[in-house]
Amino acid sequence: MTEPNTQKEWPLWEVFVRSRAGLDHKHCGSLHATDAAMAIQMARDVYTRRQEGSSVWVVPSAAITASDPGDKAMYFDPAEDKVYRHPTFYKLPSEVDHM
Amino acid sequence: MTASIQIHRSLPQQYLLRLGDTCLILGQRLGEWCGHAPVLEEDIALTNMALDLIGQARALLTHAGRAQGFDEDQLAFLRDERDYLNPTLVELPNGPGRPGDFALTVQRNLMVATLLKLLWQKLADSSDAELAAIAGKAIKEARYHQQHAADWVVRLGDGTEESHRRSQDALNALWRYTPELFEADAVDDAAVASGLGPRWADVRADWAAEVGEVLAEAGLTIPAESPFRSSGKRGVHTEHMGYILAEMQQLQRAFPGGAW
Repeated sequence: MTEPNTQKEWPLWEVFVRSRAGLDHKHCGSLHATDAAMAIQMARDVYTRRQEGSSVWVVPSAAITASDPGDKAMYFDPAEDKVYRHPTFYKLPSEVDHM
Repeated sequence: MTASIQIHRSLPQQYLLRLGDTCLILGQRLGEWCGHAPVLEEDIALTNMALDLIGQARALLTHAGRAQGFDEDQLAFLRDERDYLNPTLVELPNGPGRPGDFALTVQRNLMVATLLKLLWQKLADSSDAELAAIAGKAIKEARYHQQHAADWVVRLGDGTEESHRRSQDALNALWRYTPELFEADAVDDAAVASGLGPRWADVRADWAAEVGEVLAEAGLTIPAESPFRSSGKRGVHTEHMGYILAEMQQLQRAFPGGAW
């Protein structure tokens, strides 16, 4: 075997499932498949066996650009003490009470 | 208690057992892939389908045994080989060695899933309300099994040189067992007369068209018709059947009525 193992491995896909009651697709895991059609089929078998889903999306993992974990402090910590960004200081008119 | 049960083999019971045993034995064969499939995702898919088939078998055997007071377990585990009425196609091994050949497994799944889907479609209108209800649920499962198998048959047939060769070999090995699926006899005639269900022969044209379309897309050549006829639906099985039954029945025979 001269060929490295990674050459033979199928590409990775991220799987998003919309639950029966839910409105949005939620990330639920990943799997290996040769193409999008196979990924959808396998997502059905791997992630919706227990009635979890009513719709499935798959996205090539390589297509996702993620923030750098090293930037976590710089990116997210400054929001910690900015409570005024939450719209909780307004008295809402009763007509819009269910916001 | 470990003795075999004797079934009546009335015509309607044989009709139900042919269906139920087809699901039972193919489910057992697919179950052999558990933990051995080429990739994890496919392992789960094959096991899901095995369980779908076992579920269908449970419903059908429960129904088939009720008149005679037998339950699903007795019918599944305590019959003698000659009283299993599945077509020979489903009892054949998955290929040489264990767990076998993936190309052969998906070829057979295509053949059987297409047959079952077409039968379930007609059985949904059965005069037997329980059978109609089983069909109504099973048809969705069979449609998925057919799509899953067709997808793989095309990928492998139209894939690499090796996958094409192995797919064609599998087709050549299995094809001569398909005419048996569509041989009509008194069991079928009685089912049509009572409204229980169609002759399996009635879905032959649709089956040939649907399977033929997938095989053409896969670039595979359908072998020439052979005079050979298998006979599993009449209870006369190949040497492979005894081994499956030995594995399936061993536990119930050693620990009668065992449940967990």
